[in-house]
Amino acid sequence: MSLTEKTLTQVRDQLRSGDTTSVALTEAILSRIDAVDGDVKSYVRTTDELALEQAKAADERIARGESSPMLGIPVGIKDLICADGVETTAGSKILEGFKPPYNAFVTEKLKAAGAVIVGMTNTDEFGMGSSTEHSAYQTTSNPWDLTRVPGGSSGGSAAAVASGMAYASLGTDTGGSVRTPASFCNIVGIRPTYGRVSRWGVIAYASSLDQIGTFGRTVQDAAAMLGTVAGHDPRDSTSLQRPVPDYEAALTGDIKGLKVGIPKQYFIDGMDADTEAAVRAAIDKLADLGAEIIEIDLNMADYALATYYLIATSEASSNLARYDGVRYGPRGSGRDVTETTMKTRAKFGDEVKNRIMLGTFALSSGYYDAYYGKALKARTLIIRDFEKAFEQVDVIATPTAPDTAFKIGDKTTDPLEMYLSDIYTVSLNLSAGCGLSVPCGFDRDNMPIGLQLMGNTLQEELILNTAFAYEQATDWHKQRPSL
Amino acid sequence: MSKYEAVIGLEIHAEMLTESKMFSGCRVVDSVEADPNSAVDPLSLGMPGMLPVVNRDAIEMAMKVGMALNCDINQFNAFERKNYFYPDLPKGYQITQLENPIATEGHLDIELEDGTTKRIRVTRAHMEEDTGKLSHVGKGVSLVDYNRAGVPLLEIVSEPDIRSAEEALAYATKVRQILRYTGVNTGDMEKGIIRFEANISIREKGTDVLNTRVEVKNLNSFRAMTDAINYQLKEQERIYEAGGSIDQETLGWDEDKRKTYTQRSKEDAHDYRYFPDPDLPPLFVDQEWIDRVRAAMVELPDAKIGRYTGELGLSAYDANVLAEDHTVAEWFDAAVTAGGPAKKVANWIINNLFAIMNESKQSINAIQLSPAGLVELIGLVDAGTINNNTAKDVLVDILESGKSAKEIVDEKGLAQVSDDGAILEIIQQVIENNAKEREDYKAGKVKLRGFFMGSVMRELKGKGNPGLVNQLLDKALADLLNE
Repeated sequence: MSLTEKTLTQVRDQLRSGDTTSVALTEAILSRIDAVDGDVKSYVRTTDELALEQAKAADERIARGESSPMLGIPVGIKDLICADGVETTAGSKILEGFKPPYNAFVTEKLKAAGAVIVGMTNTDEFGMGSSTEHSAYQTTSNPWDLTRVPGGSSGGSAAAVASGMAYASLGTDTGGSVRTPASFCNIVGIRPTYGRVSRWGVIAYASSLDQIGTFGRTVQDAAAMLGTVAGHDPRDSTSLQRPVPDYEAALTGDIKGLKVGIPKQYFIDGMDADTEAAVRAAIDKLADLGAEIIEIDLNMADYALATYYLIATSEASSNLARYDGVRYGPRGSGRDVTETTMKTRAKFGDEVKNRIMLGTFALSSGYYDAYYGKALKARTLIIRDFEKAFEQVDVIATPTAPDTAFKIGDKTTDPLEMYLSDIYTVSLNLSAGCGLSVPCGFDRDNMPIGLQLMGNTLQEELILNTAFAYEQATDWHKQRPSL
Repeated sequence: MSKYEAVIGLEIHAEMLTESKMFSGCRVVDSVEADPNSAVDPLSLGMPGMLPVVNRDAIEMAMKVGMALNCDINQFNAFERKNYFYPDLPKGYQITQLENPIATEGHLDIELEDGTTKRIRVTRAHMEEDTGKLSHVGKGVSLVDYNRAGVPLLEIVSEPDIRSAEEALAYATKVRQILRYTGVNTGDMEKGIIRFEANISIREKGTDVLNTRVEVKNLNSFRAMTDAINYQLKEQERIYEAGGSIDQETLGWDEDKRKTYTQRSKEDAHDYRYFPDPDLPPLFVDQEWIDRVRAAMVELPDAKIGRYTGELGLSAYDANVLAEDHTVAEWFDAAVTAGGPAKKVANWIINNLFAIMNESKQSINAIQLSPAGLVELIGLVDAGTINNNTAKDVLVDILESGKSAKEIVDEKGLAQVSDDGAILEIIQQVIENNAKEREDYKAGKVKLRGFFMGSVMRELKGKGNPGLVNQLLDKALADLLNE
């Protein structure tokens, strides 16, 4: 098995035993990128020199006897996450050439831990999309079938990990942007509780829904990455002041007596038959492992998508108002302030414009109560729905997406069609819980299927351990795309 | 205004002089003195991924002003985004408090010309952030300075209880006095750190209708505010008398033409699309904190005046004059605490120090006389060591040399003669040496007392204790008549 085919945990052992070095791992990853990223297009830019410097520094730390969980491990970060002096564009032309003079909290954490940042991964513009087709720079392909999407918006991060171009990566999940691509690419993606990871330095899409998540080829890999970037940050007022548990240590594989809830409302008409079969089989497997399966209600499920798109676009319409070309980023050229601003903002892509318009409308005087105001009320009901469910069960299991990865171009003409791929993931973002996607099978076209496990507030250890138990009992995660 | 009366509400925007900005650690500088854009950070420039954190000092200052305005201080505080576009607004929105401001339902009593007091109700005071500053330098070029962007602002909104420009001035003056007393703002209006907006309408006397109002923005001085109000009152009366109607408009004030002009008509009014800022969870100000701030409140002008006229027995005039400026009032209080007799201290300040301060353009704290120094000087007069006229000369000396009153009196030998025997001896000599006057006096020319007094004082080189000299001279002259 080549170095790049191994898991994070495997190469970490090799680093610790002196079998390999961070420089060797980094060089292997960079060669892999050279070899296959021309097809996959997961990175919008790599930072080879910086990465090799970081790798050398990591090797020195290892030589001194240090052994933090991510030390010397090459990783990718989503192009929404600021890195000091490195071009960070949010997949948008409006930030082309923008080099932030600061690191995001998570970038700081990764650097301090000695992880090696290989590059910035592709994203739908400002995280607005479910396929990465809305990136202004490139469309990422699914490593399992290059004619299909990897999911989005963290599609670049997922495709990179799935095809051996990083051992782990960071994404952001506003409505499913970590879990959906994890599902489409046959890897693990966790979206922790809102506030678990600081959003400081992460370019905002919808502030009350955005949360940083991690990808790995295994549950433990994703857990190691999460443990490194989680934690309180006084610069983010929504950051939780709770100690970070040792997520890797929580992986015992024992789920006997665990109550797993299956929401009726998530198994609906129009759901792909292969997906349903795989997910039902996965639930049976959890039962075999000693879990108690309980059918539950999430009655507000039907309203989640509408609620999500009203809140997300409303917040986005305000968050994106700062991109006017006055202080940073490219500036259009016009005769006066209005024309200059209009020409600058013409650099936004169509989907971003759609969402700004929708959000602006939803917040407008005379419409606020009917749209944004009502969405806030619905959100409260959705939160209650989950609270009630978690009185009954420990974990909720559902499909991550209603179908497997679709063909590039299939859903770009009808935004609503695209929005529907988030139908199982958005509820979690509206609630106060955490969730992940773990590989649970393949469809008739050999495209990966994901099982979504959702937990209550700060129950990351519980959902990770549930996924770990399932993963240990199956070998879906061992399948690799043939690239 | 015979037939009509004015209905005016004032909004006062005051910067709060905290060390750092409302939502970041960026320092606050004097925006007139500092180089443009020398006090900015990624947050005050609205850079991507930057998040706000509320400044504790700003909350405390806002509470103090709220308390001084007799407002309820609200425990539950929330922040909203006010969305609008302008190049001096870095994020494309201003963070403000709409639904749950820090202070509500207060009042301020103002003194009217006729000696009566009137209560102006205060609707609310809320925290927000200031914008940057645009300067139009000609040839289609505008420059933006973001030093001011993000500086904490307190907006104090009155009910439409004000009936004239004079009342508006009295109210605004008193609010400024409170801002100075509480240390929230220096009150230097030429620096733009206090700005006024007036909502103005008129109605027929005896009615209580609220007619259409206009809003005059960006009034930067008391004069601009009163002039704009008076201009609008005349203008509205003229329009009504001509059978016209008032349009709800936002107006500016042209300093040169001394006229208001239309900035925005009702149709062009902004839709600010207020919504709760998702980056800032509601802020809970606990009762203990409120109590602590209240306990540490400075004594406010009205309370001071009450104490001066009551406990200290000053005249209402003196009390008001002393309390007008908090530095003077604090200086006076310090002198009284140091043992100075209140009335005498007040007289010295009002009759002597004010003239000196005016002439040297110095504040009371900048002149070379401490409260204790004045008490010492008064003590020397009271003890009869020097008389009042000498004391005034000594004061001039103190201010020039910085020496204490005692040092000066000793060095210059200014101590007056208070020795009965020595004075009596001189009186006797004078009566003896002026035989003609002595005889005339005995013959009934009692006016000559002045001559004897002058001669005695001349012999004493002005250092005679006038009270004692008078007393002894009267006795000697009486003896003369009885001879």
